[in-house]
Amino acid sequence: MTHGKARGMSVTVPALARVEGEGGLEVVVRDGQVTEARLDIYEPPRFFEALLRGRRHTEPPDITARICGICPIAYQMSACQAIEDACGVQVPEPIAALRRLIYCGEWIESHTLHVYLLHAPDFLGFESGLHMARERPELLQRGLQLKKAGNRLMDVIGGRSVHPVNVRIGGFYRAPARSELRALTAELEQARQDALDTVRWVAAFPFPDFGHDYTFVSLRHPTDYPITGGRIVSSQGLDITARQYDEYFSEVQVPHSTALHSLLADGGTYLVGPMARYSLNSDRLSGPAADAAREAGLGSACTNPFRSIIVRAVEILYACDEALRLIGDYQPPDPPYIEVPPRQAAGFGCTEAPRGLIYHRYQINADGTITDAKIVPPTSQNQRIIEADLRAFVADRLELPHEQLTRECEQAVRSYDPCISCAAHFLDLNVQRT
Amino acid sequence: MTGQEGTEPSPRKPTLAVWKFASCDGCQLTLLNCEDQLLEVAASVQIASFPEASREVIAGPYDLSLVEGSITTPADAQRIRDVREASRFLVTIGACATAGGIQALRNFGDVEEFSRLVYARPDYIATLSTSTAIADHVHVDFELRGCPIDRRQLLDVVAAFLHGRRPNVRGHSVCIECKRAGITCVMVAHGTPCLGPVTQAGCGALCPSYARGCYGCFGPMEAPNTAALAAWWQRLGVDDPGLVRVFRTFNANAAPFRKEADAHDAR
Repeated sequence: MTHGKARGMSVTVPALARVEGEGGLEVVVRDGQVTEARLDIYEPPRFFEALLRGRRHTEPPDITARICGICPIAYQMSACQAIEDACGVQVPEPIAALRRLIYCGEWIESHTLHVYLLHAPDFLGFESGLHMARERPELLQRGLQLKKAGNRLMDVIGGRSVHPVNVRIGGFYRAPARSELRALTAELEQARQDALDTVRWVAAFPFPDFGHDYTFVSLRHPTDYPITGGRIVSSQGLDITARQYDEYFSEVQVPHSTALHSLLADGGTYLVGPMARYSLNSDRLSGPAADAAREAGLGSACTNPFRSIIVRAVEILYACDEALRLIGDYQPPDPPYIEVPPRQAAGFGCTEAPRGLIYHRYQINADGTITDAKIVPPTSQNQRIIEADLRAFVADRLELPHEQLTRECEQAVRSYDPCISCAAHFLDLNVQRT
Repeated sequence: MTGQEGTEPSPRKPTLAVWKFASCDGCQLTLLNCEDQLLEVAASVQIASFPEASREVIAGPYDLSLVEGSITTPADAQRIRDVREASRFLVTIGACATAGGIQALRNFGDVEEFSRLVYARPDYIATLSTSTAIADHVHVDFELRGCPIDRRQLLDVVAAFLHGRRPNVRGHSVCIECKRAGITCVMVAHGTPCLGPVTQAGCGALCPSYARGCYGCFGPMEAPNTAALAAWWQRLGVDDPGLVRVFRTFNANAAPFRKEADAHDAR
């Protein structure tokens, strides 16, 4: 198929590779105009919000972890926060610090997976990270060692990196000994160096000129770069608590997706994830991470989704720094968890998954039975903006050969690190069972 | 080595394909989490189809297919037949593929009501009323347990099929590996309810090593005595609804767990 200035054509990628989960993309051009740009999500729904009803308030950390094998901690932490909110308890600082530490492990593991195995091959023209390793084995080796450092942190604190067993409502089943965490220091120091090298490596990639003024949404914390909590803020001045989320955000179902699309209450689209987090919180980075960002040419905000790979690398560096700081200060929480007696109430929780803001809401009974659950993962929130961006991206590139345009569309979608496994499992459950 | 270069064709590398059905991606991620072995694996097999990791797809047939996820849609019920036809060996990885996964909790609900409640527009979505294991649909050569699978067991199974030996995976209980690891029994010493006596080993007795009772994510061991264990749990203060919940999690549709839960379900 050849194209001059294309008048009519379609770009169809029935199954997107190198994303988590199952989805495709479809762009239709008629008379030189992009008439449709869709991120098709056909990942089978798993009805988590429905199957949580009738379960006990102690169960969501284990059950919701199974939504996503790549970011289970994001689900566990958000679930804990929401249920503790419902029950009116707050965990002591040493437990909160250990939660932040295991979350750092997940950021390192998940971001490194995306940077090295899913996204970088696009910039370098490889079909996969493993193809890249045939020519540049030292690059993938560095990525794998970095990813392993994140996984090791999750292994030691959580028992394993996929669906950790040690997280519970109120804290942890067992607090790791100081020596267990100290043993990770050398590996994390190497990881910090590898992360810095990663920032420098990806900063030199060729980036298409693309992007616009997004409405960014992320958490913001009084002192820290946001991971485990904070207020929900936007680049348009929104500043609310997790409890107010449903007043300001809504979800709609569309025919081509088993995941709901999220919108601002005024119908506007918005973006969550590393670009949003960085743009709203770059002043909260650690010194080395801020220096690396500056050296890599990131300003105080990042508005080109292709450059989000640099932000991910900076966040890996930040997470390594933060993990080392938390290990240095570590006091094993004693006891490792607090009791969380149930009461009839609704609870709300928001944390920053590697892919962005994640929201959990639970309604529980006095005996701890869950009567309603709502979970909004980052990719649901980004679907609309991905489609809008895809439309704009193609409109500027109609003259490209079809194969190249298809590749670039795939690369564009991968820039957002969509986690389709997460997104497809969330369906509106506002209807109450009677 | 006595072989002369060019005198014999090098043996074709066996081909590996990784497939996803309804799942969380965690079991296929486990392959990518073998950081120290991944390049070695990639050198000894041809990764012919692994969409999560590569754009490249080489047409089948495949020597070894690893299948993650359960069957929950009419389209997937057909797709798994195609995968079986294209595969010399088919190994399921994880609780979804082996027992239907957490999403098999739908099998115990009123599915019609459930569907109406869940979807604003149920007509947009094709889904089956059940989540079932791969072996309910096609012949499976080996089932690797776990939610998620254990990476050492995964590497062993891949190596076993590539070398024509049996996987070194045993059907005994978590208790055996817990004792071997020298962990104090959480049930005997602390009165913590534990599914270890009826759950298949493979995780390394992870939960007891974190002062927690096993929650059965590797599914039932060979010939488990779930009724005897349930009686123990009742003595520790767990009521019937509690027993139903504990057997209905990530391996709810595995027959021994399903039967034990049903025995305590008042409905």
